[in-house]
Amino acid sequence: MSGTEDNTPDDTVPRFLDAGEAALVVEFGSDVDPGISARVLALDAALSDRAPDGIRELVPTYRSLMIHYDPLRLSRDALAGQVMECLAAPAAKAASPAHWTVPCCYDPPCGEDAKEIASLLGIAADSLVERHAAATYRAYMYGFAPGYTYLGGLPPEIAVPRRPSPRGSHAPGAVLIGGGLCSISTFAMPTGWYVIGRTPERLYAPEREKPFLLEPGDTITFEPVDAAAFEALSRRAASGEVVARGPARCRPA
Amino acid sequence: MPAGLTILAAGPGSTVQDAGRVGYLRYGVTGAGPMDPFAHALANRAVGNPAEAAAIEISLGGIELTVDGGAATVALAGGSFAVSLDGQVLPSAVVAELQPGARLKVRPGAAGAWCYLAVAGGIALPPVLGSVSTHIRTGMGGLGGRALQAGDRLPISSALPAFHEAGAIVTPMLDRPPDRIRVIPGPQDDHFAPDQMEAFLAGPWTVSPRSDRMAYFLGGPTLKHRRGHDITSDGIAMGAIQVPGSGEPIVLMADRQSTGGYPKIATIIGADLGRFAQARPGTSLSFEAVTHADAVAARAQEQAFLGGCIPVEPLVRTHFPPEFLLGLNLVDGVVDARS
Repeated sequence: MSGTEDNTPDDTVPRFLDAGEAALVVEFGSDVDPGISARVLALDAALSDRAPDGIRELVPTYRSLMIHYDPLRLSRDALAGQVMECLAAPAAKAASPAHWTVPCCYDPPCGEDAKEIASLLGIAADSLVERHAAATYRAYMYGFAPGYTYLGGLPPEIAVPRRPSPRGSHAPGAVLIGGGLCSISTFAMPTGWYVIGRTPERLYAPEREKPFLLEPGDTITFEPVDAAAFEALSRRAASGEVVARGPARCRPA
Repeated sequence: MPAGLTILAAGPGSTVQDAGRVGYLRYGVTGAGPMDPFAHALANRAVGNPAEAAAIEISLGGIELTVDGGAATVALAGGSFAVSLDGQVLPSAVVAELQPGARLKVRPGAAGAWCYLAVAGGIALPPVLGSVSTHIRTGMGGLGGRALQAGDRLPISSALPAFHEAGAIVTPMLDRPPDRIRVIPGPQDDHFAPDQMEAFLAGPWTVSPRSDRMAYFLGGPTLKHRRGHDITSDGIAMGAIQVPGSGEPIVLMADRQSTGGYPKIATIIGADLGRFAQARPGTSLSFEAVTHADAVAARAQEQAFLGGCIPVEPLVRTHFPPEFLLGLNLVDGVVDARS
């Protein structure tokens, strides 16, 4: 379990691991780390760009890229060869991450666990919100549920571990912290994390042309809004509007 | 109104599934799709559909349905379920013509946990993210994102002509006892010492009643990790066998989450996913490690079979109800000695 400080990610050759005969894991490291994530996303972008026949889908995670493929159309060796070529070539069309300003209501009942987190950390609730909203987060990956996004960049001074046991269901759009990370949930469900706030934005909106707002690698800041603004933005989001502010090309017409 | 299948009765857990939702795992969307991809494809191919077409996945809860608005040709394939059409017993793998109002009953039979009902032309439902596969946990796809229930009507797409011989689907490819399942070690086999890998392969493992479309839980020896059970989450393929802290393996199936954080000791090969999925709770099984090349060869054999002509043989009557026997002139040719 080598860390990345004594092991420059760009110099390491990734490991190729079979997950059955129809999925190959290209693993760049074992940790949650921005450098490792950048290499995963660069390979993801390069392979998407080449789109070799036989690749079914690509799943970027914190530290590896899972390539689902049809081994009857693309052999493992040919696929590994494509990956090596992508790694050797300078990232010609590397992903250009977007930055999003995502509205977030921290007031109760939106930030229903904010007081509990503040008391766990021994800081004032205002200070917790201030620090959470001051940080820039990076979307590492999706997982768990459609549109459920894992974000790195939580300031260490407000990092809390996961709950010892899960709490009851939270609202859709809950902004959570736990396990040293931040996440945005899309569906109401129980969680082992803490609810620090709630966003009116919908990271998964099936009726939109682009149903998922964020791409892995995008950066995010949270903009505090009060309960009245939250309600107003929620109504607009429910009608399909994107209420987060993002790059111009992604703004609704 | 175009022809449609109407559900008359359904136990829990029968759903509409096509080959699965492809391209959205990266956004956290479960692929869903059939638990037994081979049987799903076979049922579709037997009625002339593309292998990926939407079909009904019938659970151990069973189903009873009828057709209205026209006749329909259906095929059933999967486990050895008990099938009857208007009271007449049919083989468990069969192509049959359903006349309007006919009642088709499919109940658990001798073996197997899933059975697929494909209808010529396919089931016409609106796709969600490119697929009609049902994922109940997120309410996505199928009919309202839920399991089928009495009163549901599934319109039949008339895009394909229905021309098929009725009969039994006869192939050794459906003879798949789930006692020995082939796997490729990894992706995290290095988290287990060699003796733990041996213990994993030997088992024997018993499929737990907790099992569902998301995962099958296995009971047996307790496996030990070399260095903890917590890893940084990575992707999960269907058939991945993860070992959590309890040391009891969990096999992740069609409704699995796209990523997860336990070491995965091995992955079931594609050609044995259906064989494994058909293992009912209580089934005892072991695993066999094979090479990547072996797994590709097995997959190629399945694909070649599905790409060819599906063997259908005329029905041979195995059940003789009294009305049927009385209708036969069994005394013809008997000579009256008194005359």
